Amino acid sequence: MKFGIVVFPGSNCDEDCHHIAKDLLGCQADFIWHHDRDLKGADAVILPGGFAYGDYLRAGALARFSPVMESVADFAKKGGAVLGICNGFQVLLEAGLLPGAMQINRGLRYVCRDVHMKVENDATPFTSLYPKGSLVTMPIGHMEGNYTAPPDVLEALERGGRVVFRYCEPDGRVTDSANPNGSARNIAGICNRDGNVVGLMPHPDRCSEALLGNAMGIRMFESAVAALATR
Amino acid sequence: MKVEVRVYPKQGVLDPQGKAIASALGRLGHGAVQDVRAGKVFFIEVAGSDPRAAEADAKRMAEELLANTVIEGFDVRVVSGS
Repeated sequence: MKFGIVVFPGSNCDEDCHHIAKDLLGCQADFIWHHDRDLKGADAVILPGGFAYGDYLRAGALARFSPVMESVADFAKKGGAVLGICNGFQVLLEAGLLPGAMQINRGLRYVCRDVHMKVENDATPFTSLYPKGSLVTMPIGHMEGNYTAPPDVLEALERGGRVVFRYCEPDGRVTDSANPNGSARNIAGICNRDGNVVGLMPHPDRCSEALLGNAMGIRMFESAVAALATR
Repeated sequence: MKVEVRVYPKQGVLDPQGKAIASALGRLGHGAVQDVRAGKVFFIEVAGSDPRAAEADAKRMAEELLANTVIEGFDVRVVSGS
């Protein structure tokens, strides 16, 4: 099992993902520079958090034109597992690999805190080890995480079970006050139609070992190992 | 030639920045303000002398990069020939 971690100029969670894959899970892990087109035989590709291209113009807008993104798009099209975390999610949206767009948080501030989410789709390669309906806590840290999409797209996401994570109260109730950024329908993470491309704003990479006070995030990486090893 | 591209939130898309600016203007005493939509303007210098070609080119730039057409609209105008 090999993880490929894309590094854009401005990525800053690439090392975290690499550490999880290699040191915690004992998998192979390679960094993939955004100028390269070779995914180095990765079984799963991660677009990490950070500020690719300084978030200039719009978060993810310029990263989408990096040469590596053509390879990521091809890989995704063939069913390859792709995970976008935070800024990586924004890049996936701008690249059209996931539908919708991000706006500035409704509070107009950068929000950095733990959020609670309900896992609504356990069929993706990154969520297979979370029981459906289970609650997870992960940290967020973003300025543009206010997910929005046209009404027909939101409906299609709901109907297709493509809302993977939804912001909720600690007891699982989906309320407006549990929504940290104003995202439509409390959406924290979604997947594409085939379920192989997943994006979420919260950071599983920042809660993947007990040392950090929370290890709930490592299940996303373990899910990928389980899902791809048995394929 | 100079081309100006304005990018702004589409009608019907919530604009958190515009809303915040509108309420700040209200607090400053500008009671007549009913709504603000906040966008961006790009001043682009392009080579060539055909304003129509420049305009068509700028439209493509807006669609491909300057605007996220999921949530943003745009308009283009050639400001000056040279």
